[in-house]
Amino acid sequence: MRVAPLPPQRERSHEVRVRAAELDMNSTDHTNIVATRVASPLRSYTDGRAIVEAEGVTVRDALADLDRRYPGMRFRMIDEQDRIRPHIRLYVNTDAVERLDHPLGRGDTLHLICALSGG
Amino acid sequence: MGSTLWIGTRKGLFALRGNARRRGWKLVGPQFLGHIIHHVVEDPRDPKVVLVAAKTGHLGPTVFRSSNRGRTWKEARQPPAFRKVAEGETPKAVDAVFWLTPGHAGERGTWYAGTSPAGLFRTEDAGDTWQPVVGFNDHPMNSTWIQGPGSPIGSLLHSIRVDPRDAQHVYLGVSSGGVFESTDRGADWKPLNAGCAADFNPEPDPQYGHDPHCVELHPLMPDRLYQQNHCGIYRLDRPAERWTRIGNAMPRKIGDIGFPIVLHPTDPDKAWVFPMDGTTVWPRTSVGGRPAVYATTNGGTSWRRFDSGLPRKQGWFTVLRQAMCADDQVKKLGLYFGTTSGDIWASRNEGKTWRCLARHLPQVFSLTWGRG
Repeated sequence: MRVAPLPPQRERSHEVRVRAAELDMNSTDHTNIVATRVASPLRSYTDGRAIVEAEGVTVRDALADLDRRYPGMRFRMIDEQDRIRPHIRLYVNTDAVERLDHPLGRGDTLHLICALSGG
Repeated sequence: MGSTLWIGTRKGLFALRGNARRRGWKLVGPQFLGHIIHHVVEDPRDPKVVLVAAKTGHLGPTVFRSSNRGRTWKEARQPPAFRKVAEGETPKAVDAVFWLTPGHAGERGTWYAGTSPAGLFRTEDAGDTWQPVVGFNDHPMNSTWIQGPGSPIGSLLHSIRVDPRDAQHVYLGVSSGGVFESTDRGADWKPLNAGCAADFNPEPDPQYGHDPHCVELHPLMPDRLYQQNHCGIYRLDRPAERWTRIGNAMPRKIGDIGFPIVLHPTDPDKAWVFPMDGTTVWPRTSVGGRPAVYATTNGGTSWRRFDSGLPRKQGWFTVLRQAMCADDQVKKLGLYFGTTSGDIWASRNEGKTWRCLARHLPQVFSLTWGRG
């Protein structure tokens, strides 16, 4: 079994940033809505959508918001001790998320990535 | 009434739908393609209800529920999860839901789940929300009882058996840890391993730390327990507390190591096992590449080999602990097993002859029979 993080792809990041800007147009001043890129194993929760929005000023907030919108999604990525599961990687833009209180800013993109897990 | 063999595999859920005579079978699926399905269990109290223990290589564990015989599925709102630990405590997180057991017939909606690492969970709303059974998971002896990873996917809690006479009375098995018993619906537990070998333990007759692979309780004679252990086949007739190694009556060349043990639904003296090679480096294949089922009709005093229809040679599969079952046909009991090589085998004469119902499925983790 090989486990390796997949860095976010820059071309797609650009695409997501465009979508983030579009999503942001609908936000109000006092909210922080980020575009979230969803890996394919998680899209059963998002009706197949690869990009969805989430609200929050930290990754923890955004994941809680995603779980409200798509119930059950968070637990498949984050265990009951609030640890990122072994085969999941989270990035804010191109920064790897180590802790759930990683800040999110306006226009950021949160990547939910499934690291390689073969066999 | 129809008949369904629910097949949980390393790559998804399948089913064999059979007619009333259980001769014609149709393979359907996969559902949850790509999911690791450790256990699929139909609710005997309401056969429309089926629960599935699932995860994927990437994603965490969950439970899916169907209330229409598997046509549609809904994910548990709160899958089994340990309590969040306080600072300084060793954190534990469910990696896989490994085992599902319907609760007592008088407790509709109650189910138990066993996980890896070993944890016990209960739902009272038919699998929608699960709570830890604190009496086991936080028992002061828990971390002493559960020893080592136990299996390639970690320690496992399995073989949860509820006494049909008394919902308060529950047994379970932990690999490694042993067999445990509660008489107060899980509030407290005690080990029940006397007489079982634990060859991997330097202590000659330890109280706990054993590796039960599969524990069965006879539904009509609930004081009779059978156990296929890492170190032999055992029987225990309560209120005795010392297991008897009935596997000593197996042929020496075959040994008494295996994963599953299956009981006859009405005759407590009849049981079936699928021996595997537990010698040298533990190949865990059928012994000598000649797969066979062994049956007892006298509570383990003697065993008889049944291999008619099975590969005569070069058949190197084995059968995992959830992957062998019986149906409810008392006169022509159907026996079934699924193999690590992805085949499903059936017998309509208590194991005397076998035929293959399906081939080339993914590795079979679970095979259970239902009326659905």
